[in-house]
This record gives sequence, C-alpha cells and structure tokens, in this order.
Amino acid sequence: MSLEATARPRRRPVWSSARWRGLALQALVLIALAAFFYDLALNTAANMATRHIVSGFDFLWRKAGFEVSFSLIPYSGEDSYARALMVGFFNTLLVSACGIVLATMLGLVIGLMRLSRNWLAARIATAYIEVMRNVPLLLQLFIWYRLVLTPLPQARDAITLGSASLSNKGLTLPAPVFGDGAWWSWVGFGVAAVAFWLLSGWNRRQREATGKSMPVWWLGALLLVALPVLFLFAAGWPLSFEHPVRSNFGFRGGMTLVPEFMALLLALSIYTAAFIAEAVRAGVMAVSRGQGEAAAALGLKPRLAMRLVVLPQALRVIIPPLTSQYLNLTKNSSLAVAIGYPDLVSTGGTILGQTGQAIEVVTIWMVVYLSLSLLTSAFMNWFNARHRLVGR
Amino acid sequence: MKNKLITLMLGAAASVAIAGAATAGTLDDVRQHGFVQCGVSQGLMGFSVPDAQNNWTGMDVDFCRAIAAAVLGDATKVKFTPLTAKERFTALQSGEIDVLSRNTTWTMSRDTSLGLKFAGIMYYDGQGFIVNSKKHANVKSVNDLAGATICTQSGTTTELNIADYFKSQKLDYKLLTFEKNDEAIAAYQDGRCDAYSTDQSGLYAQRLKMQVPDDNLVLPEIISKEPLGPVVRQGDDAWFNVVKWVYFALVNAEELGLTSQNVEDMKKTSTNPEIQRLLGVASSDGKAAGFGIGMGLDEGWAEAAIKQVGNYGEIFDRNVGQGSPLKIERGKNALWKDGGLQYAPPVR
Amino acid sequence: MSVAFVRDRDAPLRPPPPGTAGALGWLRANLFAGPGNSLLTLLLGLALGWLAWSVLDWAVLRAVWTGSGREACAIPDAGACWPFVWEKFPQWIFGFYPLDERWRPLAVMAIGAAALAPMMVPGAPGKQANALFLLIAYPAIAYVLLAGGAFGLEPVETSSWGGLLVTLVVAVTGIVISLPLGILLALGRRSELPVVRTASIVFIELWRGVPLVTVLFMASVMLPLFLPGGVTLDKLMRAIIGLSLFASAYIAEAVRGGLQAVAKGQTEAGLALGLSRGQVTRKIVLPQALRISIPNIVGIFIGLFKDTTLVLVVSIYDFLGIINAGLQDAKWAAPQTANTGYFVAALVYFAFCFAMSRYALFTEARLEQAGKR
Repeated sequence: MSLEATARPRRRPVWSSARWRGLALQALVLIALAAFFYDLALNTAANMATRHIVSGFDFLWRKAGFEVSFSLIPYSGEDSYARALMVGFFNTLLVSACGIVLATMLGLVIGLMRLSRNWLAARIATAYIEVMRNVPLLLQLFIWYRLVLTPLPQARDAITLGSASLSNKGLTLPAPVFGDGAWWSWVGFGVAAVAFWLLSGWNRRQREATGKSMPVWWLGALLLVALPVLFLFAAGWPLSFEHPVRSNFGFRGGMTLVPEFMALLLALSIYTAAFIAEAVRAGVMAVSRGQGEAAAALGLKPRLAMRLVVLPQALRVIIPPLTSQYLNLTKNSSLAVAIGYPDLVSTGGTILGQTGQAIEVVTIWMVVYLSLSLLTSAFMNWFNARHRLVGR
Repeated sequence: MKNKLITLMLGAAASVAIAGAATAGTLDDVRQHGFVQCGVSQGLMGFSVPDAQNNWTGMDVDFCRAIAAAVLGDATKVKFTPLTAKERFTALQSGEIDVLSRNTTWTMSRDTSLGLKFAGIMYYDGQGFIVNSKKHANVKSVNDLAGATICTQSGTTTELNIADYFKSQKLDYKLLTFEKNDEAIAAYQDGRCDAYSTDQSGLYAQRLKMQVPDDNLVLPEIISKEPLGPVVRQGDDAWFNVVKWVYFALVNAEELGLTSQNVEDMKKTSTNPEIQRLLGVASSDGKAAGFGIGMGLDEGWAEAAIKQVGNYGEIFDRNVGQGSPLKIERGKNALWKDGGLQYAPPVR
Repeated sequence: MSVAFVRDRDAPLRPPPPGTAGALGWLRANLFAGPGNSLLTLLLGLALGWLAWSVLDWAVLRAVWTGSGREACAIPDAGACWPFVWEKFPQWIFGFYPLDERWRPLAVMAIGAAALAPMMVPGAPGKQANALFLLIAYPAIAYVLLAGGAFGLEPVETSSWGGLLVTLVVAVTGIVISLPLGILLALGRRSELPVVRTASIVFIELWRGVPLVTVLFMASVMLPLFLPGGVTLDKLMRAIIGLSLFASAYIAEAVRGGLQAVAKGQTEAGLALGLSRGQVTRKIVLPQALRISIPNIVGIFIGLFKDTTLVLVVSIYDFLGIINAGLQDAKWAAPQTANTGYFVAALVYFAFCFAMSRYALFTEARLEQAGKR
C-alpha cells in the first residue's frame, strides 16, 4: 500500500502533469492561430491575385478628387486621399470632443435630477433615461436630423444676427483669419497656463496656511482669455475675420457648422447623457449617507455639500463607467455615415468606393479607432489613479 | 494584429504561386446552380427596381434574364442581389454574383486595377443635375449653380465628375454625399441641397418619384460620359464571351427586326443568313451553325433570350423608353443605323 | 405610596399637523418643499404638460386615420399619417417575404415566443429540456422554415427577408453564436496560460475598441476576400458573423465580471474535493458566474437588438431600414409621413427594449434575494 503510494509519482505518464498539458495546449492554440491566419492570408493573397486587385497603401498619396461638406483643415479635391482621411479624422475628433462635454454636463444634470427630492423632477429624469436608453441611436439620429432640418428656413430666408446666420445650410459664422504673428496668441496662452498653474499652487498653500482662498478658477479663466488677446494686440493684431457673403445659394466664405454636425452632436450627447446619468446616480448612491449628513451638520448647504463632499467621492465610482461611455460616444460617432457628416468612416467609405482598397481602408479605420480607444482609456486610468490618491 | 496580417499577406502574395485559380468556370457554376446570380442596384426606376413582392423589373434586370434564358433556357432562373455602390465590386470579385448589371460606369481604373471586365455598353448615359425650379427659379444651367450645395451618392464616379467639371468651369460648390441614393434624394427634397446629381437617366427616374415632379428641372448640361454596362470578373473568358454576346445578340436582333413576338416564326421562315446564324438554324444539310456550341451554349441561346426577354429595343422601350413612365428618348442609345451608338459585331 | 392617577387608556389621537400627511402632505413633501422647489415643479409640470399635449394633439387629434395616398395626409396642419402605417405594416414585419409564405416567419416567431415564455418564468417545469430545444432544435427548425428548400417548402432567399423578421433573426442568431464564444473568451482571458490569455485579450480588446459600423463594413466588403475561392457567404450571414464577433467580446467581459465575483473559496473547495480544474470550472464556477452575469448579458442583448439597426449601412433592410426605405415612396410623400414612421419605429423598439430591461431588473432582484439567503 505504502509502496504503491510512493511508486505512483514515478509511473505517472508525462501528459498528466499540469505543466506539460498547459504547454501542449498553448502550443496547440498557437499552431491553430498561426494556421488560421496563414490560411486567411493565403486565401486573401490568392483572391486578390486572381481578381487582379492591387494592394498596398500607395493609393493614399493619389489625388482624392472629391469634396467634403465640412472640414476643419484646408482641403480641396486636389489634395490626396491621405488628407481626406485626415479631414475625416479631425471631424470625428471634433464631434466626439463636443459630444463628450455636452453629454457629461447633461448627464450630470439628469443624474442629479433623478436623485432629487422633487418627485416630478425625479420621475422626468427616470423617464428620460428609460426612453433614451431603449430607442436605437440610429433612429434617434434620423429623428434629430429631421428635427434640425425641418424648422430651419431656406438659405434666402436665413435668420441673421450680425454676420452670423442660421438656415438649413447650417450655422454660418465669420471665420477668423490669422495673419503673420498670430502665433503670439499661442505664446500668450502658454504664459497664461503657466501663470494659472503657479497661481493655483500659491493659492493652495495660502488656503492651507490661512484658510483664505481666492476665486482661482475665475482668475484663471480670465487669464486664459485675456493674455492671448493681449499678446495678439502687442503683435499688431494680425487677426481679421472673413465675413460670410450672401450668394444665390446661401453663403460664401466664413465658416459653417453644417446641420449634419448639429444633428449628430445632439443625438450623441442626448443618447450618451442617459447612460452617464445612470453612472452619476450609481456613484452618488455609493457615497455613504453619513457623508452628506456630516456635511449638513457642519453647516454646508445642500448644494455645497453635493459639490464639495459627495460628488468628489462619487467620482471614484463614476469614472470607470464614464470612461466606457466616452469611448462608446467616440465609436458611435461613426454613425455619421448615415446622415452624410464626413467623419473618418464616411470619408474612408468614399475612398473605399473610389479605389476599391477594402482591406487598406478597413485597416486604417480599425487602427485609428483602436488607438483612440486605448488613448482615452489610458488617460482615464491615469485620471482615475490620481483621483484615488486624493480621495483616500 | 491587423498589421501583422497585412505583412503576412503581402509576404504570402509575393512568395506563393497562385493556388486558387483552378476554380471551375463561371459558366459551369451557373449550370450547376441552375440560376444566374445577378448584382443589381437597390432600386433605380427603369434599371432595376423591386416591387412589394420582390419582383424585379428594369433594363439591368432584363439583361440578366436574357443571360439566364441564353444559358439555362429559362429567363426566370435569376437570383437578384441588391448592392450598394461600395459593395458591388467586392461582391463580383468574391464570386457572390456572376455578373454585375447595376448601371455601372465603364472607366479605365475599374478595368485595370479592380480586376473587372466590362462586357459592353447597355446604356450610354451622362451625368446631369436636377434643381427645384420653385425654389431656384433663376437656375437654368449648371453655370448658375455657383456656390450651390449638391447632393449625391458617395463612392461613385458622380462626385469625381462634379469636382472636375466645377473646377474646369472655375465654379465653387459644396458637396454632400450620402451612403444611399434615397438619403441623397431626401436631403434634396428637404431643401438641404440645392441640386442633386446623378446619371441623366437616373435624374428622370428620381424626378418621377418626387412630390411634384414638374417643380424639378433637369438642367440641360451633361458633364460626363457615363457608359453603363454589365461587368464580369477578369480571367474567365468563356463567361465573359457569353455575357458580351448575349448583349450583342439583343442589339443584333433589333437590327435584324427580330422581336419576342416574331422570333419563332422568323426562325422557321426567314431566309436571311444573318438571322439564321443568330438563331442557330441548321443548314439544309443538317449541319449546325455552331455559334452557340462554340460558346458552350445551346444553339437556341439567342432565340431563347429574344423570345423570353425581347430585343434591345423592346427592353429599352419597356423599361425606360416610350412604353414606360420615364419616356426617355433613344438618343445615343438608338441603333447605329438610326444615328445612335448601339452597334454590335456580326455573328459570323 | 399611592398613585394619584394612572392613565389606563390612550389619549385620543390628535390629527397630524396639517400638511404632513395624506395627499396634501405628500404634495408638500415631494413637490412644493420651499419656493425654489415649487418653482421647479411648476416649470417642469408646464413643460411636461405641453409635451404630452403636443404628442396627443399630433398623434390623435389632428391625425389622419384613413386614406389611400398622399392626398389624404398632405392636407395643411395634419398630424400623424396613420394610413401610411396601415398600408406598410405587413412589409415592416416581413420585408419582401412572399405573401403566400408569410405564415412561415409567423410560425417561427410563435414557436420562439412559446418556447421562451416558460424560460422567463421562475419555477416553470422542464427548463433544461426547454433550453436544449431553444439552443439546438429551434435554430434548425427556424432555419428550415424561413429559408425553405426542404420538406416541400418553397425556398426564400435571404435578400427577400426584411423588416422586424430580419431584426429578430440577426439579434437572436447573434446572441446564440456570441454567447458560447464569449464564455470561451472569458475563460481564456482568465487562463493561466500566457498564449491563451494574450490571444483572448487581443481578440476582446480589438473588437471592443472599434465601432460596429466599421465591423459591418468589414464583414460586407473585406470578409469575402478572406474566404477560399469559390466559397461565398450570404450577405445577411456576413452581417450576422460581424455582429456576433463584436457582441462576443462584450459578452466575454460580462462573463469575466461574473467569474471574478465567484469567491475564490469555491474553486479551492472544489479542488480540495478532488475535482479536476476542468470539472471545477464546468460544475462549480461557471454556473455561478453565469447566473451572476445574466443581467449584464440581457443588457448586451438589448444593445445588440438596438445595434441591429446599423445593418442598414450595409443595405440590409431591418425594421428601421425598411421603414426608412418606405419613406421614399412617392405615393405617401407628405410632410408628416417621416415623423409617423419614426414615431412607430421608436414605439416598437422601446416596447421590446423596455420589456427586456425590466426582465433584467427582475432577474437581478431575484438573484440578489437568492444571495441574501
């Protein structure tokens, strides 16, 4: 009996050891994956060869030849496909950034409203969340596009205010034109930022020492606006505005925020706000009641107690879901393709149609969105970690 | 991961001798399936449009039916796949469809870098513009469109032509492109765009679908050449020949006066050797004419196509011409002997 | 010591201070606590009233109920155009499915609903058999019924499918494929084997990092190039594959959350009992983890259901797609046609998604209670 027990380990076959099995399994997975991708590559190469498709990224430097309706950087049909993709990329960034800001503000309001002691406010917030979360974003986008377009007048009857005007061609504004020396305003901005940073540090020390505090945020905002203007002024005001001019079909010159942008922005922020509101609510509810009661006992008004005591602690819980909502919003901005806003997917799709370079264009899409996702989550992780230190 | 895939692919493309080329010909595939897989548009009146029961009609559709009649002897043996502008070439390249008959413009790059082969020109078209004459009463030609916003479908030659034309005319404009034609038309009708642009045939078709067709004016200018025709894959000459010669047979039939009504009688009675060759009438000593067999089809290939679908003129009239709501003139699509461009090589 | 007075019965109850109880009190506590609160209530009430009135006015009072074309609805100041909905509704449900064969999708939906209903009721008998039927037999039956070509059924190409039918087919097939795949990925991500773990992480993060629109474009234009020569996949099938891969990454993360929530002691106890690692996973960890992740999985399914609308960009006509296409019909071109169509679409999607999310909440509450015991 005891002999057998000692003898058994030696007689154990090699494949019954967990380590060996693990290695074997991994090798198998590796081989299977390699074979899969090799087969895929082989198929694709064969397919492309038999179909005489030219692969590679050379097409990016060819002339695009098509126009886009909305661009942050100078672009015309004479530019390359690569530049057209850049236009789309910046348009994606623009609508995502604006959407994130709007959605966060709206989401915060709705989330707090849902916790409100006012029964009606809480119910309305609940209804908002339920409706927005349970109707597909694409449908909401279509509805917003109609709601934005329908009430807006024809270009010739545009609503004007100074040189700004609003019509179904969009919101047209005078465009700033920067002459030589405009970079001074950036210098001013940099100086203001440094000054702001120094000021807030000084203020913190001051507050810790004496308990007195300055309205740093207001001062900072003032600095950030005033200094660039001052520097620009010192450089001889190399800034002029290109005013839009009425033409047969609306306006020429200036800059125009197209209705597609407005509809997409509205749809994205209103949809995402519902999810953010839920995150905010969960975060606030996770802060123990004692915190709010203690703040009240110290004499803080409910508003201040919320801002200074509850929300900062709630942030720890809110940030992880908030990150994924920001990512979702960025990814959802690709729905632009359905209403003709020239984002990355939309311009890429046009290029795909023109050149037939499916693999290359899809690769570019995936790489760009993946990097955006990874960057956002890296930033949020950093923010999260920083906040965690402060919070404890 | 995707990058790895690309490098792998490029490496493989360089080193591996093509292994997949040994697939059977499309003609055999079609026979084996028992139907022709035909890629059409998602709905363009006169060319390919489904009704509520998914019955397709149109010129592009009829051409596919003619192929099915010639190859399988039955014009109904067609499976239609509606495709977007973006999908159409991939669908053909991947073998999802056997022939793309979707108002597709024949261009050089599509021949040379997409691995496609155009089998003929079913319809000589050109790109035009339509504007709402109620909203823009002063627009009478494209040159009046300076500064206008123009809507069109993305991923087509249309947007490129607009860019070229407006640049050469030194006109500025704004372009708004949509994934689907329907969306572009909707934006035009909502007044988001001042003009809508596509092939002229398409303009007439879309105009009929608008709320008040007479309020919409098709501008006189044609800014491009748009030869529309059926497309097949490169590297399958037998199938290419079938598609090409079905088209030629339809044109020849019109020229020879063969219609779906009279083709049976003409086969029996006509002594015209051209008709006899086209319809595969055996010579008096019983020898087959051999044109169908030479292509790998039955001798009655052309007869079946003409009888079941009609000649080119009948197809034109029924779908886009005087017999249709579109009422488009034959114009460039008349036979060469009537001053048009439709010309087919002889069956000999 | 004697007690002068002992009260031997309760004093009569005095009424509560006015305005703290009853309807009035409730109003005061919840709607009119202080001037700011009252103002808020008033403003919100007005806004809500206006909204409700506008919807009622548009959808009922000013609506057009009968007619057979745009003339009926194109009258000035008309509200919703309901005859448009009556005429198009069958198409919105079945797409271009042949008229004579429409009993087949109906049968599929009915069988599915009949089999699913007892699964949702806790305590209904025969769950295991039912689950097996739903996961194995039902897809086969549904496929044969819908596609036809066997048992004397007329074949119906997938390009004729459309409307709600396609929405349901895509969503249900998507979840049936992505659920097992997601569970495998979640297990892979928690594996101790570096190769398996890395492969799972790369797969999951790749799909979670990109928008569904690009995945669908990829499925529609790139996937055909990956297939060996001569093999082609139906367009609908390709979209389903894209959607399933995409959803499996999200399911994997939901299941991983469930796996993490299972106490470590469970695994250790299982191992101590002499079970192998595979047995521990299969019989102890996974059942508990799946039960915990049910609410999240239902959440993902709701997302998937809503996301099916995106197949519109690869020109498959799902419920929203076919409504959108119908709006272009010149016969019904009137100012309110589009609003009516979108209104109905929103109602239908809301009804489906809201019901599912309520069910998820219900399950969650039940699980919580089970955990408390």
